[in-house]
Amino acid sequence: MTAVAERPADAPFARRTRVLRKGNEAIAEAAIRAGCDAYFGYPITPQAELLEWMARRMPQEGRAFVQAESELGAINMGLGAAACGKRVLVSSSSPGMSLMAEAMSYMAGSEVPIVVVNVMRGGPGLGSIGPGQGDYWQATRGHGHGDYRLPVLAPSSIGEAMDLVAASFEIAERYRTPVILLADGILGQAMEPVEETYRTPPRLAADWALTGADGRPPRVVKSLHLKPEALEQHNRHLRAKEAAIRDAEVRWAGERLDDADLAIVAYGTAARVARTAIARARESGMRVGLFRPITLWPFPDAELRHLATQVRGFLVLEMSAGQMLDDVRLALEGARPIAFHGRTGGMVPMPGEVVAALHRLENRTGGPAR
Amino acid sequence: MTVETRVDDQPRVLYAPPELLADRSTTYCPGCGHGVVHRLVAEVLGELGLGPRTIAVAPVGCSVFAYDFLELDFVEAPHGRAPAVATGIRRVMPDAFVLTYQGDGDLAAIGTGEIVHAAARGEAITAVFVNNGIYGMTGGQMAPTTLVGQRTTSCPNGRDPAFAGAPIPMTEMLAVLPGVAYAARGSVVDASSIGRTKQYLKKACQVQLDRAGFAIVEVLSNCPIGWGMTPVESIEHLRDAVAPVYPPGVIVDRTAPARGG
Ligand SMILES: Cc1ncc(C[n+]2csc(CCOP(=O)(O)OP(=O)(O)O)c2C)c(N)n1
Ligand code: SF4
Repeated sequence: MTAVAERPADAPFARRTRVLRKGNEAIAEAAIRAGCDAYFGYPITPQAELLEWMARRMPQEGRAFVQAESELGAINMGLGAAACGKRVLVSSSSPGMSLMAEAMSYMAGSEVPIVVVNVMRGGPGLGSIGPGQGDYWQATRGHGHGDYRLPVLAPSSIGEAMDLVAASFEIAERYRTPVILLADGILGQAMEPVEETYRTPPRLAADWALTGADGRPPRVVKSLHLKPEALEQHNRHLRAKEAAIRDAEVRWAGERLDDADLAIVAYGTAARVARTAIARARESGMRVGLFRPITLWPFPDAELRHLATQVRGFLVLEMSAGQMLDDVRLALEGARPIAFHGRTGGMVPMPGEVVAALHRLENRTGGPAR
Repeated sequence: MTVETRVDDQPRVLYAPPELLADRSTTYCPGCGHGVVHRLVAEVLGELGLGPRTIAVAPVGCSVFAYDFLELDFVEAPHGRAPAVATGIRRVMPDAFVLTYQGDGDLAAIGTGEIVHAAARGEAITAVFVNNGIYGMTGGQMAPTTLVGQRTTSCPNGRDPAFAGAPIPMTEMLAVLPGVAYAARGSVVDASSIGRTKQYLKKACQVQLDRAGFAIVEVLSNCPIGWGMTPVESIEHLRDAVAPVYPPGVIVDRTAPARGG
């Protein structure tokens, strides 16, 4: 999948606008063009430009912007606005996401659609302001307390991030669920030329949204079900929704897999490093491809498992100590050897390290393919 | 129950349940003040015709069940976050009437950040703050509002200010913020204080309709169960011990024309 729409051959060239834009700002503008009614945030590096862009642009569009007193404030403002059926964006980076965990759980339980962007940095704790992917577990395991999962979309370019913003709103509203757009400090901070192609998903009728009980019975958006039978029933409903999301929303991209006998599994910025490493490895005769999950939940496990019928081994590459690695293991069920290479703390893996890891994997899988 | 007296065969309604109050027994303990405050809220919103426009925010605490008793659109906020949730509603629903209902554990402990900043921003929200000096729902633990010397399950020897600090006068603290257009404290001690509390609530609603700023009404209430008292004892305690620490009355009214000159 790519965010950049092909220009029709007969389209006048002038309509094609390419701009150089910072990831954080591109995500913000894409949200505005996707019809975002309200944005709530709190300053944190490496996400602050997203808030700043919204501070300038949302009032221009006559839409709501609040710099909250904390991420607790921001996400709960988001909860309130989204409970009214409005299209809402909240953004933060890792430590701020931890503060949002409770409200994410409430919104999952009370089925409030919202899009939350995490521009991940190095952790744990205050960590670093460098890029990281250490929040994979947090994002893909539901984020807050309780028994639920949330769709998590992970762009690996700024253009793709813009496209996934609209997709995130669509998924959030279709399934009445919070959606996490999981980026990292490099995607947030880097500038790339992007095609100014935007999409505004159509609005669905929100027959649950709070508008004031005028001429209809009151509506309650809540997650409390004190009777165990009632809560179990509600949780079954959430499970069924998750099953529907698994069926319909899995996204991934493959590159140079046709002849591959080794595959790197990587997402986000790590996938960009993998691409460079694959080009180098191929120069030395290795046949390596890239399997890039775009939805981290639902994870493309059937698709990855299918690839195991072709390739002899997998290298998981992450800017973490090995988190997506768990999902790769679960998907492959021991079918093929899995190697891991990761850097943490804001360090980004270098292509040379990745090529070396590929060589080690190749030796484990019985030497170079003939 | 509607009680009617007949004069010259003309029925005259002296007392009727407010339309916005559900015809349902409450789940509150016998003698609990939440029921009284619910009724006042229902009466005031009804009299101002605000029911169909209201989006209310329920707290975490005994009054999370407010949505079972008030016939209004409701969203449930995480513990302490009602003012932030209400801010989100306020900013996207210009025509809505936005009401929060919070206990003292909710507002004065875990939710201090949210209430201070909603007030500071002068959000056009009407906040109902039910101060019963204790954490009712979780079994009667100490709250920031618990009186010095008051025994609770988490200060069994009585609140000692040397360890637990002194009670927080939240409403007075909020009243210093310019964003707060109106702040008052009522109580459920007796019929006349309940009547005054209703007037405060009505004013606090009008302040929102006039977009004058943030409005809060604290209501001193009782928690007979948490206090280990009968309902009657708890009301006497409210009058004799609580009200002197938290004096009822209008604390600030920035909508009032300046006096003197
Ligand atoms: C994050 C979080 N912490 C703690 C609790 C447990 N809890 C539920 S209600 C409550 C206190 C409620 O006290 P108050 O606001 O005074 O309301 P009351 O029940 O007295 O009306 C607490 C601590 C919770 N639900 N969520
Ligand atoms: S515990 Fe206290 S506040 Fe809660 S319902 Fe009972 S009396 Fe009311």
